[in-house]
Amino acid sequence: MEGAATAALEARGLVKRYGEREALKGVDFAAQPGELLAVIGPNGAGKTTLLSILAGIVRADEGEVRLPRGEVGWVPQQAALYRRLTVEENLLLFARLEGHDDPRASVEKMLELTALGERRGEIVARLSGGNQQRVNIAIGLLARPVVLLLDEPSAGLDPRQRARLWEFVSALAERGTTVIFSTHDIQEAERYGERLLVLADGESLFDGPPQGLREAVRREAPEAASRDFETAFVAFLHHRGH
Amino acid sequence: MRWLLLKDLQILRRSPLQAVLLVAYPVLIAILVGFAISRDPGKPRVAFLNEVPRNARISVGGAQLPAVGVGGRICRRIECVDVGSRREAIEEVRSGGVLAALILPADLVDQLNSLSTPSPGTPTVEVIVNQEDPVKARLVNDRISSLLARANLLIARRIATEGGRYLDLVVNGGRFSVLGQPVEILGLGAGARILQALRPALPPGPLRSSIDQVIRFATLARDNLDIAAPLIDRLAQPIVVEKRVVNASTPPLDVFAIAVAATLTLTFVTVLLVAGSLALEREENAFPRLTRGLVSRSALLGEKVGLGVAVGLMVTLLMLAAVQLFVPLHWSRFGLWLTAILAAAGALGAAGAALGAAAREVRAVSLLAFMISLPIAFLSLIPSGAVGPVLFDAIEVVTALFPFKPALEAISAALDPAGPSIGGPLLHLAILTVAYGLIARFALRRFAAA
Repeated sequence: MEGAATAALEARGLVKRYGEREALKGVDFAAQPGELLAVIGPNGAGKTTLLSILAGIVRADEGEVRLPRGEVGWVPQQAALYRRLTVEENLLLFARLEGHDDPRASVEKMLELTALGERRGEIVARLSGGNQQRVNIAIGLLARPVVLLLDEPSAGLDPRQRARLWEFVSALAERGTTVIFSTHDIQEAERYGERLLVLADGESLFDGPPQGLREAVRREAPEAASRDFETAFVAFLHHRGH
Repeated sequence: MRWLLLKDLQILRRSPLQAVLLVAYPVLIAILVGFAISRDPGKPRVAFLNEVPRNARISVGGAQLPAVGVGGRICRRIECVDVGSRREAIEEVRSGGVLAALILPADLVDQLNSLSTPSPGTPTVEVIVNQEDPVKARLVNDRISSLLARANLLIARRIATEGGRYLDLVVNGGRFSVLGQPVEILGLGAGARILQALRPALPPGPLRSSIDQVIRFATLARDNLDIAAPLIDRLAQPIVVEKRVVNASTPPLDVFAIAVAATLTLTFVTVLLVAGSLALEREENAFPRLTRGLVSRSALLGEKVGLGVAVGLMVTLLMLAAVQLFVPLHWSRFGLWLTAILAAAGALGAAGAALGAAAREVRAVSLLAFMISLPIAFLSLIPSGAVGPVLFDAIEVVTALFPFKPALEAISAALDPAGPSIGGPLLHLAILTVAYGLIARFALRRFAAA
């Protein structure tokens, strides 16, 4: 596997079965430090299952995940925080549970990083979806992760909130955090992902840069090559039997 | 774990209405149920129409008995609402102002007096009930039947007493008043003695033989009628109840009511809080994040049960302190109370954790907790003998599987100085704590996978 020796995270032959159904069919990939990797595919492709296995929430039936240098931060699709607590109380709780030496200082840092300082005393339930997602990500970052896993982070956000979110996530990657995010929005994956991992029915169909996917689409579904990328991508999946 | 506990208390503080409901509602229900089962049903309101003339008396053998005062005695046992007519009585029953109407007709005493004549009548009282509510109807039927049985017993006793007096006159003689004039009754005994004295003066022959026959009859009759007097007395109440207590461990009703109230409070607070707070972790999607390495599942369960035990203990002790204002409690047994409440709260908390791990939402789990706890609590209060033996055995099995009954037994034993040993219920609670703890731990595995 290319660059596996220096990878921040490496997955080999991941298989997950739910009864008779195979949700993942031997997925391999590696993510480099500071890389923004987008996992894309239609609903039911296995994106959340893959991220849950990487996060250690779900155990793979076969295969292994290697994480040579440190923690994985996990940000689930639905905000995993206490809506009746304030922003600060949520951050303080998880900082304490993460065992930070100075939890209050970590909270201040996160509030600064997420630009939620002015909202620190607000009950989370009263925050907008975008701000809730920022708190959600901030909690994921409290683990001081080398790799941050984001499961459909922009779902339910309006365009302005999305733009803010991606600005924030891109800044994290620039600081060296490997960010692996799942999405079914092809345009979003192409715009923000440095590398794309295409999944369909648990199978890995493509692993490479966005431009490489465009070329693969053009090559395998020439009839749709002149149309928009999303239509061409659907044709590509169809050609691959999905 | 303490940070999770702090977080749960912060969440409780953030929802004052929910917290008040969680505490106040079970306490209110518990006190109401406790007092409902410990108090008499009270005097039912019954419309009472007494048409019997004031001077009417039951007579035996032509002599009038003193007034029995049935009306007055009835009104001591029920709340009599005096009405002036049948129509008024019916209207009172129909409107729901009274549970029933009891009418003593004008000829009641005449009918009673006719019982000792060749053409006896049927003394009848009239009862008017509203059958719209079967429970109410049964209550009224039972009450009125009981009242009439008492009235019948009272009248029968008076008759038996008077009958015994007359029999005594026949046997032993004495003074008797007829139409205000005193009459001397000779009596069988004195009659036999007079004849015995006359007998030697008679020459042997048929007359002497006849006298002998009369003497024998008088002696026999006197001897046997002596036995008849107590027999008549016994006829008024042939069966006497002799109560013997075989299980002296039953606590006094007040203590039992307080134990029921305390156990109900503890059950609802602990089960709802533990189940709800565990389900909240799932509803907020925090469970996978927490159990990724921040907190072990067993520690999370321990924290939830600990939260339930702490809050349940506090609320139950507050409730007992409030009850102390009305019923004196043995505070010297505080150590036993604490043991019983902690053991009960532990088992109830473990059961709450098992419930909480089975449901996805707080609302669903709250409903589930109520649906399970309430019927189990009521089933646990059914005494033996109140239902058939097979059904009771089934109830015993079902109630033994949930901590309410052993919790009630433990708290009753702790509250009652003369109560049974607390050891058995504590052991039962310990077994249930372990069993429900294991179920909850197993369910949490599914909880994460779902």
